[in-house]
This record gives sequence, C-alpha cells and structure tokens, in this order.
Amino acid sequence: MNFNHKYFFLFPGLFVLIGILIFPIIFVVRLSLSGWNSYNPGLDYIGLENYIRLFTDDPRFWESFFRLSFLSVTTVILQYVIGFALAHMVWKDIKFKRFFRVLFLVPMMTTPVIMTVIWRTFFHESLGPVNDLLSNFGVAPKWLTDPVIAKFTVIIVEVWQWTPFMFLLLLAGLLSLPKEPFLAAAIDGASPIRKFIYVTFPLMAPISIGAIIIRLIEASKIMDTVYVLTSGGPGTSTETSSFYIFIKGLREFQMGYAASMSFTYLIIMIISLTIIAKVLTKILLKE
Amino acid sequence: MKTCLTAIISSLMIFSPMAYADKWSDQFPHIKATGDIPGDCSYEKMSKKNYKGKTLKINTHAIPVMGEPTALHAEQFEKLTGAKVEVTHTPAGDLYSKAMVPFQAGQAPYDVVFGFSNFINDWKRYLAPVPKKYMNSPEMKDVTKSHMGVSSWDGTMYQYPVDGDRHYLKYRKDVIDNPEMQKKYKADTGNELRVPRTWKEYAQMAKYFNDWDWDGDGEKEYGSAEVMKKDDLMFAAFFSRSVAYAKNPRTPGGFFFDLETMKPNINNPGFVEALSDWVEATKYVPPGGTNFGLGDEIGSFGGGQTLFSFSWDDAFIAAMQDDSPIKNKVGAAPLPGADKVWNRVSNSWENQYNQAPYIVWGWAVGVAKKSKVKDMAFDYLCFFSNGANHQADLAIGRFGVNPFKNSDFDPNIYINSMGWDPEIANSYTQTLLDMEKSNNRVFPLRVPGVFEFTSAVATGTSKALAGQLSPQEALDEVAKEWEAIVSRVGKKAVQDAYAVGVKMEDNKL
Repeated sequence: MNFNHKYFFLFPGLFVLIGILIFPIIFVVRLSLSGWNSYNPGLDYIGLENYIRLFTDDPRFWESFFRLSFLSVTTVILQYVIGFALAHMVWKDIKFKRFFRVLFLVPMMTTPVIMTVIWRTFFHESLGPVNDLLSNFGVAPKWLTDPVIAKFTVIIVEVWQWTPFMFLLLLAGLLSLPKEPFLAAAIDGASPIRKFIYVTFPLMAPISIGAIIIRLIEASKIMDTVYVLTSGGPGTSTETSSFYIFIKGLREFQMGYAASMSFTYLIIMIISLTIIAKVLTKILLKE
Repeated sequence: MKTCLTAIISSLMIFSPMAYADKWSDQFPHIKATGDIPGDCSYEKMSKKNYKGKTLKINTHAIPVMGEPTALHAEQFEKLTGAKVEVTHTPAGDLYSKAMVPFQAGQAPYDVVFGFSNFINDWKRYLAPVPKKYMNSPEMKDVTKSHMGVSSWDGTMYQYPVDGDRHYLKYRKDVIDNPEMQKKYKADTGNELRVPRTWKEYAQMAKYFNDWDWDGDGEKEYGSAEVMKKDDLMFAAFFSRSVAYAKNPRTPGGFFFDLETMKPNINNPGFVEALSDWVEATKYVPPGGTNFGLGDEIGSFGGGQTLFSFSWDDAFIAAMQDDSPIKNKVGAAPLPGADKVWNRVSNSWENQYNQAPYIVWGWAVGVAKKSKVKDMAFDYLCFFSNGANHQADLAIGRFGVNPFKNSDFDPNIYINSMGWDPEIANSYTQTLLDMEKSNNRVFPLRVPGVFEFTSAVATGTSKALAGQLSPQEALDEVAKEWEAIVSRVGKKAVQDAYAVGVKMEDNKL
C-alpha cells in the first residue's frame, strides 16, 4: 500500500474542519476589517478602524467583560463546591442513591431559555411567588431591578442550571478513583474530614481542573439567562460580553464592529483560560 | 370626496352588527360582528382569486401581538384562495435582523415581512412599493394622513398600513372622576384631582395613589405602569415623556437633531427634565416596575394594578375587553404636557404650557422586492386590513391592531360592537383624532441605522433609571454616541433622511 494513501482518508475530516471551524473564524476576521452595517452592507475594507474604536472608545465592552469575569468565576466556584458536595453525597452508600443521581441532573436537562422564563416569573417583584413568600417575613428583595441584587439573581439561575453538569463530571471522577488509598486511610484511622482533605481532594484534582475549565468556557458565553432575565439591566449592570456583542451585531446590525469584538473576545478567552488552567494545575497538582 | 367615502364606510361600520350576518361570518366567526364588508379585498372578492399551488411565506411577530392576527388571516386567506401560507413567528427584537440578514445577502426567504414602521429607511431598498391599484382603493383612501406618512418614504409607500400607533395617556376614570376621591385628594394635597395636564401633576397624583388599596379589592394598587425595561421599547416611552418639554412649535427644524447642523438635541435641558421626571417615576411604579416591558405594562394597567399608564393602545384595549376587571372604568387623554418648554434657538425655557402628541412608530409590513409572489403578497395584506377583519381585530387588545383609518374614529364602532360606555368611546376617539389634527406632532426617528440611535437612548436612559448616571450625564453619553453614529453613517445620509421626518413634523408634507 502506498504510504501517501493514508492522507487521502484524512480529507473528509479535514474538509469538515475547514468548513465548520476554520472558515467561520477567517470570515469573522475579514468581517471585523469591514464596516458592514445596516446601511452599508458588504465586505468593504476599513483596516483596523473597528479595533481602534474597541480599544480606545468603547468602555462598555470592557465593563461587560469584567462583569462577565465576576459572574463566570463566581458561578463556577459555587457550582464546583455544590457539585462536589452533591457528588460526594451520592458517591457514598446512601438510600435512594440512584434516585438522587437522576434528580440532581434534571436542571441540566431542561431548556435554559424556558427555565429562565420560569425563574423570571418566580422573581417577579410584584406577581412572583418568591417575594410573595418573603413578604410574610417583611422582606421583598428587588431581584431584577436592583443593580447589585440582579447580578446575584443571574448567579442563582446559572448555578441552579449548571451545577448538575459539574456534579456529573465530579461523580464520574469519584467513581473512577482507586480504592487502595481509601483503604489505607481507613487502616490508619483517618477521620472523614482528613480522608477528604488528604485523599479524595488530591486524587480528584486533575478531574476538578478539567471540570472547572470546561465550565469556565461555558460560563464565559453566558447570554440566554441575561437575555431573558434582565436584558442586561437594570442599566448595564448585568450586561455580559456575549450579550453586548449580540446587541451590537444582531440588534444594531453593526456586523463589522461586532465581529471585531467577537475576535478580540476569543483571543482574550484563549489567553485567560490558558493562564487559569496553568495556575490551577500549579496549585492543585503541586504534589 | 374623501369625506363622502369616510361617511359611507363609517355608516357601514356603525350599522354593521345589525346588517351583516352573512355567509362569510358563518364560515369565519372572527367577523361575526360585522359580516363581510364590501371592498377591494373583502371576503367576497378574495374568494374569487385562485392561488392554488402557490406558497406565501410570512415572517411576523410572536403570538399574540400581531402574530395572532397574521396567522388567523393567513388561515382565512388559505381557505378563500387555495394558497398555502407559511407563517414564521419571531420575537420583536429579532424581526429586524431576521429580514435584514437575507435582504443583505440578496435573498427573499419571506415574501411578507413584519416589522416596525421606523425600519423603513433601512428596509425600503429591499421592499416593493405598494402598487397603484391598492393605493387607489377606497380602503387606502381612508387611511389617515399621519399613517400614510409613516408608511411612506418621500411620497412612495413601502409599508402596507395594517396598524396605527401613537402614545397617549390612560387613566382610571373611576378614581380620577370620583367625587369622594377628589375631595380626599384635595384635603390631603391641596390640589385638584383631574386628568393630569402636565407630567408634574401626573407624578403628584401617581405618588399619592401609590402603594395602597384605593379600589377596595383587597390588593395594593400603584401609581403608574410604564415600559422601563432596557431594550424593550423603553426609548419610545422616554420620547413620550420628552415631547412636552422639548418639542417647541416655535422652533421648527428638528426634535431629535438640529437639522441644519445635525447636532443632537437629546441632551438639551428639555430632554434632561423629562429624564429627571422619569427617574422620579421609579418611585411610583409597581414593585419590579423598572423591569416592565410592554407586555408587563399592558398586563399591569389592563389588570387594574395602576392609576396611570401611557404607551400604545394595547393597555387601553385590554382594559376595555369584556374579561377585564376594569372595563368601562378607564379613560383616554392626550399625553400630559408641561408648564415650560425648551427653546433650543434662544437656549432658554419658555414658561408657557406645551403639549405635543407622539405619533410613535408601530407595526408595519412590507413585501420583499425579490418575492416571486408579490401579487399574492399584496392581496394578503389588503385582505388582512379589509373592513371586516380590521374592525374585528380592533376589538381584541392582544392583537395589537390599532386605529389608523379615518373611519376608526367614529365612537359608535366601539359602543355598538364592543360595548364601550359612550363617554369613554368619545374620549378615546376624540383623543386619537386630536392627535391627528395637532400641528405640534413628533414622528419617530427614521434614519439610516435607526437601531443604533434608539439602542443608545435605551442604554443611556436605563443607566439613569438604575442610578448608574445622573440624567444629564446619561444624556450627554447618548449625545456623544449619536454624534459618533452620525459620523460613521455619514452626516449627509442621516441629514437627508431626517429631513423627510422633519417635514412631517413641521407640517410641510
């Protein structure tokens, strides 16, 4: 068999890769160098004008980016802690273990937009059941209309929706751990807390890093929750990068400018997630 | 001639409940109140068309507002003509891009596209002008001058009129006209309780009637329901509050911009005063009211939760539907005015009463230039707004179809067909009619890239409502953004387009 024939079998995959990954990225880069908008459709060439505008005259993009960083880091930390606790709980031999494993996965299997509409109804400040209940205790938080509380409302919905994903990954990790270190710890008389700190957590570190990075990538694209829950408001207090790019691209139809924001955002995310992965590896896998 | 036509159509409508129990109303219960009404696109005329084997594709709004009548009339059109009609429903915020993306790519996946009338400048190059035979139809001749203007660009009609929109004040008549309440209000505040003439009066009354059970239903009521949610048409609510302070009939030449220089007026003291009032309004809306979109506003006022509201007709119609707890307890009035108005030429306040109607943009629909079934598409639109359908649609608040024909201003339609109290029907039609006659109207901004301008207003004003910026800072930010947009689009392009709207505002068109 001719050695070169094997490259022939790579072509289908290569074409798909070029079609669905490489071409859109190249097109976005080209689009970002154009002034395509509602009144001037077309791939004209305006050089780096969009990028100059982005870096020198658009504080809203950077504000939305830092807001996104806060929201995604906070939600992922909470998802990790809660997900780990739940996974640890059903990893043990408890009653109705299978039932709980399925139950904890339900939020992830629901449609995000539909669930956010339901959450919005829950948090509706004059008609929603949450404030109806809380008003019995004399409190009525402004879930969607206070700039600070609205951020935490977004966090609550995100954590509810995506903790099951973290739970799933961490439970799979726990189930794959070797039994010997736990037997050795038991023979040495280690308490459950010591067992967790010195055995379970270190053994789970590689899986934890993977799970956190995957969730960070997903959380950094948070859009549907914001769109349905607050539309980025009140003011711009819950506006994230992807929502802002959506507004500029598909609402205001500034396609060229939105493309330059998308590409810049992509580069920033690649760099920052690489750094986060390195730092997590250094901290969690130091031994 | 026009008066004669109007009278004929009006009289047909007035006596329609008695006159038309015909074969068409048996087949199509939607028009049971009137039966078929003769016209170029009546049920009778449409039944003679044969579009069998042809498909009409429509992109419209989500159900119910405009989406429900689109689908209903599509189904009727199919039955009458044999055509196949495919209706796609799209959220309001995506209507523009859903049509614009294929338009710009040179495609026409939809023959008929619904949107808002202020899209006209961006869409007109992709839409087919309304053919003469429809322009000359008696039903088209019945469309008001304002709405002919809103649907047209420099004399050419690109959007087929199916809806007429304006913002006006809605109030709880059972409270404002209640002698006991008037006495109580006078005793507590020293002021008269009456339909507010100014935004300051509106605020005083709304504050007074906020957060207590003034209608005795066991639930708390509030002052005002307004569209304050960012990117949910809030910019239109802001303009409604601004016109009183910033539309000065003695300074023609532009409300949004100074037409000569294209310098934005949006941060002048008139607009700032309006935004300051609006920030104050966050104190007398229902809990969560600063996150109310249009649907919430309709539900809130229509459900009897607030004393006042102002925006499109929908909340009023919802309040007057048979299933409403406040049917025949509401009133319509012009938007409140102001005791002072900004003169942008002398750069000073004029201390005299000013009121300006806002002929806000509304639903509009066009036929794609590249459509292969343009005749059928226009027939569908003509059928959509024929006399019988239009009158039946007007009676259903959730449909979002509002008066845009001269004959719509006859109060008897609402008294006979919809069971409205005559006094309310009169105040409603008179309010709408007065807006048509006013010489101090403001029309929607219709310039290239209109979404960029309105989006900047939504962002700036929502920052002020959320307390992130002061009203002046917020509007300075909007003005800076508007200047940048004008510069990007090209001053001449925006100026030329804006001049068309200014002509209408200055009563020169």
